[in-house]
Amino acid sequence: MSFQTDRQRVSGLGSAKDGTHEWIGHRISAIALVPLVILFVVPLALSLGGDFEDVRHVYAHPFNAIVGILFFITVSLHLKHGLQEVIVDYIHGKKKLVLALLANTAFSAILGVTGVFSIAKIAFGG
Amino acid sequence: MVELSLPKNSRMKVGKIWPKPEGATNVRAFKIYRYDPDAGENPRIDTYYVDLDDCGPMVLDALIKIKTEIDPTLTFRRSCREGICGSCAMNIDGINTLACLYGWDEVSGDVKIYPLPHMPVVKDLIPDLTHFYAQHASIMPWLETKTNRPAKEWRQSIEDRKKLDGLYECVMCASCSTSCPSYWWNGDRYLGPAALLHAYRWIIDSRDEAAGERLDDLEDPFKLYRCHTIMNCTRSCPKGLNPAKAIAELKKMMVERKL
Repeated sequence: MSFQTDRQRVSGLGSAKDGTHEWIGHRISAIALVPLVILFVVPLALSLGGDFEDVRHVYAHPFNAIVGILFFITVSLHLKHGLQEVIVDYIHGKKKLVLALLANTAFSAILGVTGVFSIAKIAFGG
Repeated sequence: MVELSLPKNSRMKVGKIWPKPEGATNVRAFKIYRYDPDAGENPRIDTYYVDLDDCGPMVLDALIKIKTEIDPTLTFRRSCREGICGSCAMNIDGINTLACLYGWDEVSGDVKIYPLPHMPVVKDLIPDLTHFYAQHASIMPWLETKTNRPAKEWRQSIEDRKKLDGLYECVMCASCSTSCPSYWWNGDRYLGPAALLHAYRWIIDSRDEAAGERLDDLEDPFKLYRCHTIMNCTRSCPKGLNPAKAIAELKKMMVERKL
């Protein structure tokens, strides 16, 4: 039993003075991904069907390698922001929420770093 | 909380089917949600038959006719019967709207009427809007000023007054907030489209001097940023307002003051 007023319940602990940063980040990564997806997919499609040496040749070019690395960094950031929204929407309970947010950060970071490492590995000669 | 199925004690049963009016030729079935907290039973859907040749054009007219002539225990809120008081908001044919502004001829087949979704039900078609009203109160829906009060009125130009059009008309019927999935899942902390539309209305009021503090209060992952531009609010508003746009403007202001 709690004799909190309705107004108290709404106010809670007040505003977190946060959220805008993430909102801007999500949109910037979305816009950045438009050219990055195209620039990433075109060389990838061109190297499809070839052997490892062909792919290595494509990513040995600094432009393709840098675009590939930027793509993976941006995708992982975008993924982290997007999944975070879904988690905050649907997962309730502080413990579960914190665990899910940590798992999301770890998952996105591993994905991004793996992508960057793969590009670097191919670019620098396997 | 996310609840994809109704709790056991909220599942609806088939209720009473009332007899058809004698001698009527133009009859429509109204299937209406009934819940009596004192009965200790699950909600039920009662079926009433209304003679449309002897009934006003709106769903509210039919409800009043049912209450007057068929079943006086049917409970719903209503007052002005012209879309000004916002009392008779309910879910008609799957859309949150005002019963006084929604014609029964806009519905094909049976007219299904439920209380506003995902709110505690007080009785029949009456939802408990206590939290909704407290959220509205939390955005300080009044003029906040710091300058000394002028000798006469706070003056406002015609252009500045025009900025409030499409906002001041909100009658707080709760149709928008209760149609919003974000409000269903996180209504305890997310303020919802109605309160945010009102917040925007005071922030852009040229006479108000507390825009910064108001934005400070709203800048929160829950209070404001649970809105994902689903647009159900704008779709359901019986007054034709656009709460989604007001929320988008709030987000733009949040960005603007960071740049």
